[in-house]
Formats: sequence, structure tokens, C-alpha cells
Amino acid sequence: MSNKLELWGGNDLIAQAAIDAGCRFFAGYPITPSSEIAEQLARKLPKVGGIFMQMEDEIASMGAIIGASLAGEKAMTATSGPGFSLKQENLGYACISETPCVIVDVMRGGPSTGLPTAPSQSDLMQVRWGTHGDHEIIAVTPAFMDEIYSETIRAFNLSEKFRIPVIILLDEILGHLHEGVQLPDPGSLEIVDRTKPTVPPEEYLPFDDRFGDVPPMANFFEGYRFHITGLSHGKSGFPTTDVEEVDAIQMRRQRKIIGNTDQILSNHEYHLDDAEIAVVAFGSVGRSAIDAIDEARKQGIKVGLLRPLTIWPFPEKRVLEIAKQVKKIIVPEMSLGQLILEVQRAANGNADIVGVQEVGGQLIRPREILAKLQEVI
Amino acid sequence: MTFDYSKYLRNQYIPHMWCPGCGIGILLKAILRSVDAMGWKNDDIVLVSGIGCTSRMPGYVDFNTVHTTHGRALAFATGLKMARPDKHVIVVAGDGDSTAIGGNHFIHFCRRNIDINMIINDNNIYGMTGGQYSPTTPPGSYASTSPYGHVEPNFDIAKLAIGAGATYVARGTVAQGLILEKYIKASFAHKGASLVVAESTCPVQFGRRNRLGDPVDMLHWIKERGVAMRKAEKMSEEKLAGKYVMGEFIKDDSKLEYTERTRMLIEKVQQKENK
Amino acid sequence: MADAAVAAPKAAKKKDKSPAKIEIINENCKACDICVDVCPQNVLAMRKDPAKWEGYVVEVIDLEKCTKCMLCEIECPDFAIEIS
Repeated sequence: MSNKLELWGGNDLIAQAAIDAGCRFFAGYPITPSSEIAEQLARKLPKVGGIFMQMEDEIASMGAIIGASLAGEKAMTATSGPGFSLKQENLGYACISETPCVIVDVMRGGPSTGLPTAPSQSDLMQVRWGTHGDHEIIAVTPAFMDEIYSETIRAFNLSEKFRIPVIILLDEILGHLHEGVQLPDPGSLEIVDRTKPTVPPEEYLPFDDRFGDVPPMANFFEGYRFHITGLSHGKSGFPTTDVEEVDAIQMRRQRKIIGNTDQILSNHEYHLDDAEIAVVAFGSVGRSAIDAIDEARKQGIKVGLLRPLTIWPFPEKRVLEIAKQVKKIIVPEMSLGQLILEVQRAANGNADIVGVQEVGGQLIRPREILAKLQEVI
Repeated sequence: MTFDYSKYLRNQYIPHMWCPGCGIGILLKAILRSVDAMGWKNDDIVLVSGIGCTSRMPGYVDFNTVHTTHGRALAFATGLKMARPDKHVIVVAGDGDSTAIGGNHFIHFCRRNIDINMIINDNNIYGMTGGQYSPTTPPGSYASTSPYGHVEPNFDIAKLAIGAGATYVARGTVAQGLILEKYIKASFAHKGASLVVAESTCPVQFGRRNRLGDPVDMLHWIKERGVAMRKAEKMSEEKLAGKYVMGEFIKDDSKLEYTERTRMLIEKVQQKENK
Repeated sequence: MADAAVAAPKAAKKKDKSPAKIEIINENCKACDICVDVCPQNVLAMRKDPAKWEGYVVEVIDLEKCTKCMLCEIECPDFAIEIS
């Protein structure tokens, strides 16, 4: 760990972390409040021999990173809510074709063009369910500069390990916030690369389940010629409408994520041990919650925090445990109630769940969370 | 004597799914003969497609193959080519896939002059979804969504590509497979954004609705509508109405190709960085 | 650049006098009739074949006339004709 304290902006730091994670291909389209990520990578990628492309639209950006990934590159795009909506079809393609890639969504107010320069957390459900069809997805939600760096590295690693698109979910505040941070030496990072096949090309099947729920992935042009399609396919990659075959591969794609949550989930927990009230929050609102909890503790309120760093898949088991322990759960979020739906589902009636919601385009401040804590006690 | 197609095919999937008399099979064979003429290895080729009848082609060939989303083949292909500029990236698409839903990617592919070989099977209709009109459906003709005759003007895809900056553009027809092959070979040899439009037949969806007879009649219909470039130069607009012009419209080797320009940029940046 | 209107296949220009062998791959043939139409020598014809769902299959009726111009093979959409 280097001791040097450096000043970084959230978006700028994602760009650096992506390069340190091994990203050598970025395709994007200008959109506020994420554009600094593209601007930084336009400067930085050529220096390390990587490719930066500003595409003709959001859809092309998503297509291009899947193409680059099939050719073996670690690839990323960055956008905000409206752009994410446009990427949804190709995001589904990455899910069904099990192609690793990373998508940054710096959330702004919506719907539609909404509030381009103001924060929001209302993309939570669109990143989970926006593309049609049954699918799993991974989304990470850092809140501090050191987390923005480490979660970006983790996003690439999870994507490569599980052959799945991973979303880094920021909001406008975190994207534009500048803070001092001590970054680790890039050489000390654990970098994961996709598992290559060990069988000879003639035996290779791109969706082979003999090696576990995540099939080894060959890169194109390395002797393993195979077929990729967005149609439902069997182990060979060729389209099928065979009920059992389609069912088996759907179930495996689900299992590779929900069967491996121990390797995917990550939470920050704060003062939960003796808590009688819990707060569940993520991103910039999670930071407000920490300040509110510190103040509440001074006032003798026994409150703790669950701040998921992996928001999808949702940490439902941990939320259920907490719901059984506490009387009340406060869910502050910059939306009209998306996170609270998941908390309610996971808590399964074991605690009273109260929302603190803000959709005007400003951060939920610590005093608003504190006021709710004082109100419910 | 017969060309040995089998070394380029996933033979277990032949016979293919296309309807009797469909032009796509003729186009596929012209592509495979062109690949052979170039001496390209199967491992070094990726064939990318979108959605539609033509886009089922990658499943049949023993290359690296990607059947992507509707209209987006060029976007995926751009990522593949940028990641591996030394490999051969071929995109096949239908008229609707490439110029309606994929129109934006198409013009920007031309503008960038990236070394991707685009081949469009233009059969004037959406075949797979049931015969709806496309951007190249001739005005007045019938489709399942133009039951009273088509009221929109149609694209000239070749002119569109030239206007957008493609550096090799040719049009042939599946009714003349050898000439088509010649253009495809020339497009493969060209470094830059290349387009070959194959005027093609859809006897089932277009031919049937427009009373063009059986596959043979339709092949004649396609052939008769073609006018050679030199002949077309002397013809009036009125006389060219309802026809299409065939030939090599542009072959410009003077413009620097996109992956090459990117490589030069990276070298420049890295040299400056290492000073 | 060849004029698009002139479609003289290269193979036809070679003076190959050896007898032609035409193989029809029945399982690939979809009886579209294109090969029969494009043959300048009327070497091919369609015949009824109840075993095929199309009801027809192509057959060689006059092999001796074949000049191995390859037009039938080039224009066959179905990998159903081989000439040697």
C-alpha cells in the first residue's frame, strides 16, 4: 500500500481502476453524468496500448464491448439511466451468451431525460430487470473513493470468473465527488482472468457444464471455433427449442450466480451487533446513513447499518437475519421505493420497514435519516 | 471441378433452413469461394450477423461465428476488429437488418473506414418475420404491411454507403454468382470499409405477394432489373426507375484504414509518453 | 473490371474435353428448378419424387451435352450439385 494521498474524482478513478484491472477496450457514448469516464479513458487507454472508441450510440457501445470481449479483451462501457435503457437488449445478449463485460451506470434523475446533473438511485430495478427474459446479473455499489477503486477491480474479476456482465452502480454525487484516497499498488491486486478450456478444440463446447456451472471460455481466433447466438442454445452454442435443453441451460445460468453468492456478495456492516434498529442503504445515501448512525449512537439509539457492496444478487439471507434481530428497518433511498421492495421481500414480515425517499434530485442528508430514527424509536 | 465447400461448412447442419430458391444460399457459396481464393484460414475469420434470414448464415460456416441482435452486427464486429485487427471480420446482413434498425451503425461503419467486409443480401423484404416491407422495398410493391401497395421511396444502399464514406462499394446479383464472387473477392482484398450488395430473391415472401412466379421467374426478374454501370450512365432517371445499377462503384485505396489510424495514434501517444 | 452484363464463366473457356460427371445430392435438393433453368444445354430436368416433401428432385437427362460451364453449380442455392 502506497502512503501517498491522492485527490481523485469518482468517475476519473473508475477509469484508472479499469485500466489497473486489465481493461484494454472501452466503447462509450457521451452522457451526463458519466462522460468523465470516457474522457479519462480516451487519454489513458492509448498510453497502455488499449483501444478507446466513442461509438455512434449507446447500443453500439454495448455491442462493441461484447465483440471485443469475445476476442479476448477485458472491455467496459459507461453510461447513465437513458443510455442504460438503450443498452438493455445487448445486455441481455451478454447474459445469454455468457460474455464477460463491465457497464458503469452513473445514476441521474428520471424517467426519460429527467435530471441529467442531479443524483438518483432509481436505476436499481432497471439494472436488475431492464432486459427482458429470466436472467441473473451482478451489480456493485461503492460509496467511498477506495471502494470505487476496489469495486471496479472486483467488477472485472467477477465478470471474468462468472462469465456475466457486471454493473458498477454509482450516482451523480459519487461520480463527481473529489476526495483524497490512498490507492493500492496495482501490482498487489488480485486480477482474475476467464478460465480457458483444457480440452482440445474438437471436444470444446462453449456452454459445457462438465466443468461446473461456469463453462470454460475460449477466445475467438485461438483455434476453438464456435458459435455464439442470442437464441436459446444448447451446450454446443447452436440454437435449440428442445424443452429439456433450454431448461437445463437456463437453470445453470441461474445456478452459476445464486449458487455462488458466497463468492459474489459483499456487505459493509456497521454497529449491527447490538442494533435494535437497522438502516439498509447503498451508495452516497449509505454515507449519509453512517453519519446519521454516529449521531444517533451519541443519543443512545441502538442503530446499525447494512450497506451492500453487491446489491445484485441481493443479500437476502443477511437482510432476513437482521430483520429477525431488529424491530425496525429504515430504508433511505433516492427513489420512490425500489430498494425498500427488496428489503420487504427479504425481511418477510419480520420487522417494520420504513422508507425515507427523495426524488427531487438531492442527496438524503444525515439529519433526515436521523429524524426518521428519532421518529420510529 | 466442383469447389469443395465442405471444408468451410458445419456439414452436420446442411441442408440449410432457407426456402427453395432463396438467394442466400447462392450468396453463401460465393462468399466461401472468395474466402478460399484469399487463402484465409477458418480460425482467422469471424462471420458476424444480426437477425433475419441472412443472419442465420454464421451457423452454417466453420469459422468463429456470432449471431448477434437485430441490426447490431456491425457494432459487435467493430469490437472484434478493434481487438484483433489482424483477423478477417465479415458481416452478413439483410436489407432491413442493415439499413432500417441497423442504419446508424451502417453509416458510421462506412465513415470510419474500418476494415470490415459487409455483405448485404438485399431481397427487398423482411422474410423471417413474414414479409413486411423494408427500406429497399420498391414503391408500389406489396408486402404484408403494405397490402395496398408500398407508399415509401426506397434506399439505394450503394449510394448510401458511398455518401457515408465506404471505400469499396459494389453491387451484384445472386442471378450472376460468378460476378458476385468477383466483387466479394475484391472487397476482401480491399483494406477499409467495404460493401457488396447482392440483389437477391425471396420467392416466398416477396415473390409470392408480388406475383413474380416461381424461384426461376424471380431469378429472371432480379436479373432483368439489373443495369450495368456503364450502360446506366447513359440512361435517364425515368428509364432507370425500378432498375438497379450493377458494378464496382468505388475502390479507393488512398484513404487510411481505421485500425491502422488507431495503431498510429497509440504509437504516437506511447512515444511521447516514453520520452 | 468486367462488364456486369457479360457473365461468361471462366470454366467454360477452358477446353476440357473429358466427360462430365454430375452428382445430385438428393437430400440437399429443394427442387427450386434454378439449375434446370440456367443450364444452357438442357442437361438437367425435374422429375417427380414422392419421397421428397417438395415432390420433385432434379435429375441428369443428357450428360453428354454438359460442357462443365458450372452455371448450375454456381446458381444452386442448396449445395445439391457437384460436377467433376
